[in-house]
Amino acid sequence: MRVEVKPLPPVELPELRVVGKPLRRVDALGKAVGATLYAGDFTMPHMLHARVLRSTLPSARIRRLDASQARALPGVVCVLTAADLTDAKLTTDMPGQTGQKQRAGSDAPVLAVDRVRFVGEPLALVAAETLELAERALELVHVEYEPLPGVFDPLEALKPGAPVIYEPDNAVARWKIRKGDVEAGMRAADLIVENTFRMPFVEHAYLEPEAGVAWLDDQGVINIRVCTQVVEHFRSIARAVGVPQNKIRIQGTLLGGGFGGKEDVTVEIFLALLAKYTRRPVRLAYTREESFAGHAKRHPFIITHRTGVKRNGRITAAEIEMVADSGAYPYLSPYVLLYATIMASGPYRIDNLRVDSVVAATNQTFTSAFRGFGGPQACIAYEQQMDEIARALGLDPLEVRRVNYLRTGDPNGTGQVMKGAVWLEETATRALAGLGEKTPDHGPLKVGRGLASYFQSYGRITWFHDTSRAWVGLEMDGTAVVRCGAPDLGGGQINSLCQITSEVLGVPLKDVTIYSTDSAVTPLAGTSTATRQLYMSGSAVYQAASAVRQVLLERASKHFEEKPEDLDLADGQVFVKRDPQTSLPLKDLVARCAAEGLPLANLAQFQAPFTDGIDPQTGQGDVFPDFTFGAQAVEVAVDMETGEVTVLKSVACHDVGRAINPAAVVGQIQGGSTQGLGYALMEEFVLQDGLLQTPSLSEYLIPTAVDWPPTQAIILESGSGVGPFGAKGVGEPALTPAPAAVANAVADAIGVRIPDLPLTPEKVLRALEGRE
Amino acid sequence: MQPKIVTLYVNGHTHQVALAPNVTLLQALRDLGYTDVKNGCEKGDCGACAVLLNGQPVNSCLVLAWQAERAEIVTDAGLGTIDHPHPLQEAFADAGAVQCGYCTPGFIIAAKALLDRVPHPTEDQIREALSGNLCRCTGYGQIVEAVQMAAEKMRGDKETRGQGDRETRRQGAGRTRFGRIDGSGGGRPEGGGR
Repeated sequence: MRVEVKPLPPVELPELRVVGKPLRRVDALGKAVGATLYAGDFTMPHMLHARVLRSTLPSARIRRLDASQARALPGVVCVLTAADLTDAKLTTDMPGQTGQKQRAGSDAPVLAVDRVRFVGEPLALVAAETLELAERALELVHVEYEPLPGVFDPLEALKPGAPVIYEPDNAVARWKIRKGDVEAGMRAADLIVENTFRMPFVEHAYLEPEAGVAWLDDQGVINIRVCTQVVEHFRSIARAVGVPQNKIRIQGTLLGGGFGGKEDVTVEIFLALLAKYTRRPVRLAYTREESFAGHAKRHPFIITHRTGVKRNGRITAAEIEMVADSGAYPYLSPYVLLYATIMASGPYRIDNLRVDSVVAATNQTFTSAFRGFGGPQACIAYEQQMDEIARALGLDPLEVRRVNYLRTGDPNGTGQVMKGAVWLEETATRALAGLGEKTPDHGPLKVGRGLASYFQSYGRITWFHDTSRAWVGLEMDGTAVVRCGAPDLGGGQINSLCQITSEVLGVPLKDVTIYSTDSAVTPLAGTSTATRQLYMSGSAVYQAASAVRQVLLERASKHFEEKPEDLDLADGQVFVKRDPQTSLPLKDLVARCAAEGLPLANLAQFQAPFTDGIDPQTGQGDVFPDFTFGAQAVEVAVDMETGEVTVLKSVACHDVGRAINPAAVVGQIQGGSTQGLGYALMEEFVLQDGLLQTPSLSEYLIPTAVDWPPTQAIILESGSGVGPFGAKGVGEPALTPAPAAVANAVADAIGVRIPDLPLTPEKVLRALEGRE
Repeated sequence: MQPKIVTLYVNGHTHQVALAPNVTLLQALRDLGYTDVKNGCEKGDCGACAVLLNGQPVNSCLVLAWQAERAEIVTDAGLGTIDHPHPLQEAFADAGAVQCGYCTPGFIIAAKALLDRVPHPTEDQIREALSGNLCRCTGYGQIVEAVQMAAEKMRGDKETRGQGDRETRRQGAGRTRFGRIDGSGGGRPEGGGR
């Protein structure tokens, strides 16, 4: 691919003191010395140990579920089955939202009632004096199944006569986009290119399995200390457990990784039920195997692109069909499918577009959120299709992209106009140039290169009316406190809030303390999902800190007899801008404010822009606050004898708007890329007739330190994001282009397109045999 | 078999605890309050529970507590504290090598074992030494950088002290890959069909 890297458009980004600096994250040292307590590290006096009994069949009627022997075992305090609960339902709809109606049929039973629909479905809960006793009790719960026919493929599930997993049929959700005149666009094309791409189930494989401890306090509140991406689940937990919403408190811990897998409820309802029934503290920690069986996976997709193009590569029309697998319960499938549908046509201007998508229920592990939320699946298809278009036309892949890239002012597939900087060519050329000289083929190793551009939303769907709240205050010694309900997944969410506070109030970062993730005492900030926390809670913190700053500067203005705008705050001082020697320690200013009763704290709410929603017939309308744009280029070597693919070089370039902490941004990019490379080359959560074939980290392999060199991260800052200081989000975008870039590189190396991920040696060899 | 009283030396503390023969060192350490030893898989796949056992890195989930009797056990928290962090801990924090942090104590133990043997490791040696530890957040780049930073700092510190190198007394003592206590197994499969 020919690369000409043009200079970036001029951007004015003011130099800041704290924001934009690669500082040590506020949570880093505590974690490094092992002082951080995770959800599984807590114990309570007189605590019970819980285990969950899970189904061993993917589709069966429960003839008999007999817990009497388990209950009789000395030391077993409580065994709960569906018979003990009154209609306990788990809400699987978009978590943390208050303004939108819940989808019909979006409940799942907390414990299976008369039927199991996937292997791993919870059947009974046990709480006992020791973990060993709880485990023994599980063996004493007798389950008699009557196997039912199952369906294990979404295409089969959609056929008439397929076993229906729950009524009315297996189509969990459908979306469509109708734009322009596809038939006319196809007629105007010089060539029509059609391809089908497939992607597997993928496991989050965070290092921390789900865990928590729950107890009833002296107010009758069920406290749950747990690792979750969503403290607002307290509402649906209350509903499931049958208590008022103000009687559930989530005390979220720092997460040992989430990536979407802790976006749905995991252990919370089980813990709350057992604490309620036993009135004793209860601990539940999943084993790795239970984590694999018990939480959602990334959706497998089958995506077909039919694209009409002119000889110069310009797309005249596109038809896209998507079929995804929801597994046994819907969870967030309708929304993941919506994201995939909206991203289906990629960051390209396509005026004649038809997208039809459907997600089908099967008797497999349920699927839900996973970093990118359908965006990576869409990208895997559209970016391979762009390369196939280039190949069919004999054009350079970058050139085909360049003539189709969205530009500022262009509408995307749903007609949403791109308002900010759209640095697609800027990121693609830099990623490609970053690969440097091409490694020559050597021996059986054929070297290939691949590129993928992408766009990915950050912030939630705008008809959800998303909000976040944060409280920022100053203490009498000039230190600062932030209270914000945002969970920290490990991506640096709380650190960004502290760096923003430090910047705005001039309090050194080490003097900022944050309390987060508590549904009772920290202002609710919404979910740590959808790449929304920097945008949403960063903005809320910015607002709250700015209000406190205003109070400080107005009071200082009297002291210095200067206008507030001529004063500034930094390094624990307030000072006159043109004469920084004229200054006052912040704590002295705080004391003066306090003496006069001036407010030294502020609670702010940030609201994302609201829209009405898309037209259900055409899929047209604004859906997201904004998008992140970027690209990844990789160079691979394919061993033509063994089929093994090795990543030689990988460069990712993203316009992050503004990097609040560049070291953390590099970490997001490298980590997201590595997950994406694993997705492309080795990761597949395999089910055979609904049975788990990759039940642990022994069978489900994820990348290690010796697999590939780190992805080189190139950070661009257009300053055009809608987050604080012009920031965009990069948490999910970091993963999105990686798998497609690898797939394109492998196709470039071997001259054959393998349309099914992951690109295992077996598939590569089969493809090479087919070529000969 | 019945429980027996086992003496465990952990981070300079002596513990005497009654333990059944099937209790893993991981479980025993966590029950004693060493929560920096993380449970990630309980079968040697992830390295989150790594500790030093007589200076050798082991997955504590693959060692029975009885086997660790009277051995010198060091966990990540035994290397340093927030007020007095070990250079590796400081480097991990500074290099951006810590994201969710759940794997971090295990990585620091693996890195400590490497630097004890090889004070001047190449990047390949670092990656090899860390290959039994899984991280899902970082992509390993900043972790490798952290080990390089710490190695440099620790070499500098030693030169300043001008003393004999106590830390390297086990140089050449054998394996860097994690395994059972006898070093005969564990670790991740090499190649493994990738």
